[in-house]
Amino acid sequence: MSAVTLQDIVKRFGSFTAVHRTTLEIPEGAFVTLLGPSGCGKTTNLRMIAGLLDPSEGEILIGGKRVNDVPIHKRNLGLVFQNYALFPHKTVAENVAFGLKYRDVPKSEIPAKVQDALELVQLPNVGDRYPKELSGGQQQRIALARAIVIEPDVLLLDEPLSALDANLREDMRVELKRIQERIGVTTVFVTHDQSEALAMSDLIVVMSEGRVEQVGKPEEVYNTPASEFVANFLGASNITEAQCIEHGASVVVEDATFGKVTVPAAKAPNLTGTGKAKLVVRAEKLLLARDAAPEGVISVPATVETVDYQGQAVRYFVRVGEAQLQAINMIDERPFAAGDAVNLHLRPQDCAALPG
Amino acid sequence: MSVEAREARQPWILLSPALAAVLFLLIIPLMFIVVYSFWLRSAMGADQVGFYLDNWQKALSDRFYRDILLNTLKIAAITTLICGLMGYPAAYFIARSKGNKMILLLLLMLPFWISYIIRTMSWINILGTSGALNTLLMTLGIISDPMQMLYNEATVILGLVHFLLPFMVLNVYVSLEGIDTNLEDAATSLGATRWEAFTQVTLPLSLPGLAAGGLLCFVLGAGTYITPVILGGPTDAMFANLVFEAIITQLNWPLGSALSLLLLAVLGVLVAIYNRYLGMAQLAKGLG
Repeated sequence: MSAVTLQDIVKRFGSFTAVHRTTLEIPEGAFVTLLGPSGCGKTTNLRMIAGLLDPSEGEILIGGKRVNDVPIHKRNLGLVFQNYALFPHKTVAENVAFGLKYRDVPKSEIPAKVQDALELVQLPNVGDRYPKELSGGQQQRIALARAIVIEPDVLLLDEPLSALDANLREDMRVELKRIQERIGVTTVFVTHDQSEALAMSDLIVVMSEGRVEQVGKPEEVYNTPASEFVANFLGASNITEAQCIEHGASVVVEDATFGKVTVPAAKAPNLTGTGKAKLVVRAEKLLLARDAAPEGVISVPATVETVDYQGQAVRYFVRVGEAQLQAINMIDERPFAAGDAVNLHLRPQDCAALPG
Repeated sequence: MSVEAREARQPWILLSPALAAVLFLLIIPLMFIVVYSFWLRSAMGADQVGFYLDNWQKALSDRFYRDILLNTLKIAAITTLICGLMGYPAAYFIARSKGNKMILLLLLMLPFWISYIIRTMSWINILGTSGALNTLLMTLGIISDPMQMLYNEATVILGLVHFLLPFMVLNVYVSLEGIDTNLEDAATSLGATRWEAFTQVTLPLSLPGLAAGGLLCFVLGAGTYITPVILGGPTDAMFANLVFEAIITQLNWPLGSALSLLLLAVLGVLVAIYNRYLGMAQLAKGLG
């Protein structure tokens, strides 16, 4: 049974439609990420699940029960905000205990539960401090403790990491996932950061302009994007106009840059037949080399135009005839320089195809 | 001159016009008042220069002055309470409204464009014997003769509330604006009802604004002079009216000085208590 179901949900603000008819199943115990750029409707969906917004149409089910008319304070959800939203006039312990006061928890058990929650987020000794005495990362841990101590049916995280600086963000990412796995709570996580989504999720829901573009496991949405938007939003992709010239046991597409490419059928699930198509080549699958290609690898001559050196990796912009392509390669020595003539190597099985 | 010395001097140069104004227009005249309060008014007309405690003794021991001082503080306190009860919901409404906030704030400021005296006198046209309310009631046949509704303590408080309410609303509004709306959402998500979220989170966090508004209303209310003159009866004098009476009517500057310093001291203690617990910064926020 799914923990949360959005059934034909539509959300309009005046004449603006923030969420177009959306149906979504969030499995019990899963870590599900709503991923998309700002304004894609991901936060609107989260706020509707939370009860902070009412859907214009459709039904929201939590644990199989319709909750459209259940006010937020009766939904038993844990909510964590981007800006932590800790109560500044209450101590850390009072913050964490806040939700317990409204539940059937005997007063005598509250301190122990608060302490357990603080230990879970690895801050056992800050109970009598005030939020402003803690760092941003610590405050976010307390916000998490406050949300999970009430044993919510669903944990809702609204960009909880984006206010933290880069290093802390990666630590918290691991930490958050560890805690979620330990308590096994169904989690809906909203982010615009693809690396957070890929690292943490059991399931990613990619959204754009109020619509769900693709739902899948991280490796599915990454390797087999269902749309041009997904291909561009997750990682860097080269998308070229192509023709599908064979659609059967194997799918063969032809474009001006790489010629005939045999794409695995599994990586062209939305391509229904021959005709106009798009070839999707991940930037990190395009390898710059001086040598000729081994057997079964496509090789095309190219010229390096721009070199964006990033330490362990380098991003090249290369020109092949009319087309400019992006390639991200790991390097262990000197990168190629602008102006170098190189061969671009591409394994056909690394390509994906979309309808044109 | 070194750069450091120049930089150290800069704030003082910028402040000097304001400091000069405070010194010459406030501190020095106030010192005159302090000195005056120890002089003595003689029967001849000319004040006797010296160090006499007679005015202070009179101001502090005379029951008449004490009663009016207590009554002044009572009126100011009632006014402040009413302003708080009326102003808080209005401020909450403005702070939480979307889009038209600026128009609402402008409407709140609108009364300041009209002279305080005119605004106070407008109540005569509403509540006077030939005012709007009496005319309406007589036209409707509810009463046959006009009622005397003016010139009592209630109308003084009414006038003060009318005058001071915007100060309360602005102060509360500013503190509510500074409260993250996510806090109430967080509280409700944890199981609190909207009302519990308000009393547990929003209200305590907005208390500094309420206190700042309260202090302003109280101090301005307690120091008021015009309102009881226009809307009060003969027995509704407030302390500032006594000061006026002593200085302008009786030409007794020494006594008037002592009385005005007494009021200043009482209100000064209140401000000091406020400052001790909440700090002046909150007040500056509300005024700015």
